[in-house]
Amino acid sequence: MTYDLIVIGGGPAGLASGLSAFEEGVNKVLIIERDVEVGGILNQCIHNGFGLHTFKEELTGPEYAQKYIDMIKETDIEIKLNTMVMKIDDEKNVHILNSEDGYKVIKGRSIILAMGCRERTRGAISIPGSRPAGVLTAGTAQKYVNMLGEKVGNKALILGSGDIGLIMARRLSLEGTEVLGVVELMEHSNGLTRNIVQCLDDYDIPLYLSHTVTNIIGDNRLEKVIISKVDENKKPIEGTEKEFDVDTLLLSVGLIPENDLINDMDIDFDNRTKGVVVNESMETSVEGIFSCGNALHVHDLVDFVSTEAKEAGRSVAKYLGVDKKEVGKKEIILKNGVGLTYTVPQKINVDKVEKIVGVMFRVNKIYENVKIVIESNGKKIKEYNRDHMLPAEMEKIILTKDMLEQCNEEIEIKVTDMEV
Amino acid sequence: MRDVIVIGSGIIGSNIARELSKYDLKITIVDKENDVCKGASKANSAIVHGGHDPESNTLVAKLNVEGNEMFEELCKDLSVPFKRNGALVVGFNDDDKKTLNELLNRSIKNGVKGARIINSEEVYKKEPNLTAGIVSALFVPSSGIVGVYELTIALCENAIVNGVQFKNNFCVKEINKDGDVFTVESENGDKIKSKIVINASGIEGQKTSELICEEEFDIKGYKGEYYLLDKENLVTSTIFKCPSKHGKGVLITPTVHGNIIVGPNNNFVENGEDRTVSKDGLEDISKKALETVDKLDFRNNIRNFAGVRAKVGTNEFIIGENKKIESFYNVVGIASPGLTASPAISNMVREWVVEKMGCKIKKDFINKREQTYFHELSIEEKNELIEKDKSYGQIVCRCEGITEGEILESIRRPLGAVTIEGVKRRCRAGAGRCQGGFCQTRVLELLKNEKGLSSKEVVLDNNGSNILV
Ligand SMILES: Cc1cc2nc3c(=O)[nH]c(=O)nc-3n(C[C@H](O)[C@H](O)[C@H](O)COP(=O)(O)OP(=O)(O)OC[C@H]3O[C@@H](n4cnc5c(N)ncnc54)[C@H](O)[C@@H]3O)c2cc1C
Ligand SMILES: Cc1cc2nc3c(=O)[nH]c(=O)nc-3n(C[C@H](O)[C@H](O)[C@H](O)COP(=O)(O)OP(=O)(O)OC[C@H]3O[C@@H](n4cnc5c(N)ncnc54)[C@H](O)[C@@H]3O)c2cc1C
Repeated sequence: MTYDLIVIGGGPAGLASGLSAFEEGVNKVLIIERDVEVGGILNQCIHNGFGLHTFKEELTGPEYAQKYIDMIKETDIEIKLNTMVMKIDDEKNVHILNSEDGYKVIKGRSIILAMGCRERTRGAISIPGSRPAGVLTAGTAQKYVNMLGEKVGNKALILGSGDIGLIMARRLSLEGTEVLGVVELMEHSNGLTRNIVQCLDDYDIPLYLSHTVTNIIGDNRLEKVIISKVDENKKPIEGTEKEFDVDTLLLSVGLIPENDLINDMDIDFDNRTKGVVVNESMETSVEGIFSCGNALHVHDLVDFVSTEAKEAGRSVAKYLGVDKKEVGKKEIILKNGVGLTYTVPQKINVDKVEKIVGVMFRVNKIYENVKIVIESNGKKIKEYNRDHMLPAEMEKIILTKDMLEQCNEEIEIKVTDMEV
Repeated sequence: MRDVIVIGSGIIGSNIARELSKYDLKITIVDKENDVCKGASKANSAIVHGGHDPESNTLVAKLNVEGNEMFEELCKDLSVPFKRNGALVVGFNDDDKKTLNELLNRSIKNGVKGARIINSEEVYKKEPNLTAGIVSALFVPSSGIVGVYELTIALCENAIVNGVQFKNNFCVKEINKDGDVFTVESENGDKIKSKIVINASGIEGQKTSELICEEEFDIKGYKGEYYLLDKENLVTSTIFKCPSKHGKGVLITPTVHGNIIVGPNNNFVENGEDRTVSKDGLEDISKKALETVDKLDFRNNIRNFAGVRAKVGTNEFIIGENKKIESFYNVVGIASPGLTASPAISNMVREWVVEKMGCKIKKDFINKREQTYFHELSIEEKNELIEKDKSYGQIVCRCEGITEGEILESIRRPLGAVTIEGVKRRCRAGAGRCQGGFCQTRVLELLKNEKGLSSKEVVLDNNGSNILV
């Protein structure tokens, strides 16, 4: 069996990319999902706040996913559920496993990697102490509470004040778990102001900024958590310990793109994003393999995921349609200048650009009243003003074909002060 | 009335129980925990040492080398992962060179096969990721790595298949002897009678023995902390730093599953059950490890853990019949290389018991045990299995690629898992980089259904470690 496109992952990225490829004329599209249903992480995000950009209305996670599922139902896109992709081999064959087909090898003329991300765990930040039950990631707790209708604890503390941490603080409170506080390593929260107000302030949950967990106590079930203030180097300060009698500690300490599948593949990887390197078409260093969504880089909002995925789907259609020989190879590398931690895409093939390319990036700290400067070969191409930028908020700029044609093989994007 | 009671189901007790199950004996093995292998045997370096380290002409050296040679067959029979990956003791200067020569001589005296000194060129050819500046190394080809809890569980399970009775949640708190008959009583008041008692209760060994008489030996706990890093081809051999006046250093070794273990340190602890990890301990280990492998990246850490060695002052094992109480055997204070020595130790104990009981070998002893490792099967074998049982077509643990079938198997086996961690130790579901973040909810459902429990009753590890409230 040969498909024109095999999409790995049925979350928002996989759904939107498969749909857009189909709409652009790609015929045989297969979406593979390991779970019992598509929708990905959205299925457990039952709070609202999704879709303001894409659908101009406020939806819950499952509602947002359903919009895409309904659209896909109108198409001939095939979906395989309960199916794990085990491997992609050198011939771009996709090895799958499920109870009906067994272990089977299927062929794709193109592939989209849309495996989403996973949560960082206690091990990743080496929290000292004992190893009792009751210490779990926010996403796992979210699954227990929202999907399985279980209660994870009676008294909880949450480490990490990103949006997931904040939303779980509210969720636990509503389920009768007393939340004694949210602890954040940085001097500012990484969540939306809206979430701080609606998830913490409304429930009188204190936020401990510049603090971290320094000890976990309890032989069987968690009994106590110790937190300490941290200095400017994020090292705990002795003598600042606070003790909390809690039976639950939720960890919301970051997400990592899930790319185990490509570990053995010869494909360019970006250690900054922890995703593959892509060009303006979301195409990887392996021709015909594309990537989008949280597997490519972690997004703040699902709407951005959908936009990027749509682009990937269109690129697949173009890739399968055009005579590749006609396309030139002028490639521009995007260099991270001062203040940037990564960009996606990492490179641009100018000849493939129709009119514009959107470039997403993150900054390394909080910036007020600065400029984003685009330079090539020491020449300023363009600058944009920003009055506020945060590491937790993805930034996006648009490069036009005109601008790209003024550049040589490298573009540097950097943050500079206003007066420069 | 039993012939033998073994107290403690660590690697020592399990090995002894299995060895004795080859004979026509009625055996019971008890443990205070809800599962086997919850003491030192679950938290150590899992190295099957070659034998370059113990002082020559000691019982420890002899049992180490003998035990080492038994691992291939044992692990093959029981379907347990084992690999002779070889060890390197690396030296950075002339003093180290001298020490390495002493270790070589000791190896030769101890009967370690194939040990030799290799030069720096050969070192880096074998292990290109080691820190620069190594001048030479002692190469010990017979050193190996083993799935240590898999082995302990498999031994105990095989003993059960051969008629041994296992009692969990049986914390021995009283032992009496009346004539030739021992009565061993648990905290809950359950009593078992037997002709022989074998005390293999690890760090608790002195306390257990003192339930029946005063003891001269003194067991102290020394904690070792670890990092367990994500899978990476950083080193293939077990890397030790040459001991010097600055101490022993820490080891870096691949595990049989391809992860990297870094540790342990060695600190006295008052409480033998103190398996906490500390910030200072971890910092110390990571600093020392970088001296030998500077490419280690501790951001790849997936878990920290600690184990407690049961040490007696003399650095010897306590193995033998109690001088005052006949038929009461102590096999305790078994610090490193206790895992390595364990099959040889059980042979020693078997000789004594056979002589005392005059028992005979069973004809129907089953020496083999099978376990499905789905990812190791060929595509044809995988499909055959799924054809028979669809649950092998569902991956539950994405990091380690463990199927629902393997998890069900680990719960349904003779010594089946009763906890989330029990499942992990048997089939590795939840042992990978996301540490069960993804599969724990599924494993909990499976345990609950198989065992007829409610969600709230499912525990992570010890009794009382309930996951939900
Ligand atoms: C479970 C889940 C729920 C989602 N919900 C939504 C949603 O509601 N709406 C939507 O549009 N999209 C949602 N998404 C997708 C979204 O694209 C992003 O995944 C999400 O916004 C990332 O933010 P975060 O707060 O979760 O993680 P991060 O922004 O990475 O937050 C982690 C925080 O932990 C802190 N931290 C790290 N280490 C320490 C330490 N040692 N001590 C103290 N603090 C520390 C960090 O500084 C940081 O503030 C969700 C995704 C997932 C996986
Ligand atoms: C940090 C560290 C690293 C090590 N590295 C290695 C290595 O690389 N190679 C090697 O060969 N060796 C190594 N060792 C040594 C090895 O782990 C031990 O020798 C071995 O595990 C000891 O096994 P055991 O059965 O005696 O003890 P344990 O595994 O501790 O078993 C004792 C059992 O007795 C039970 N028990 C205790 N009291 C009672 C009671 N009153 N009633 C009922 N049950 C009871 C406990 O629950 C436990 O299950 C290491 C040890 C440590 C701690």
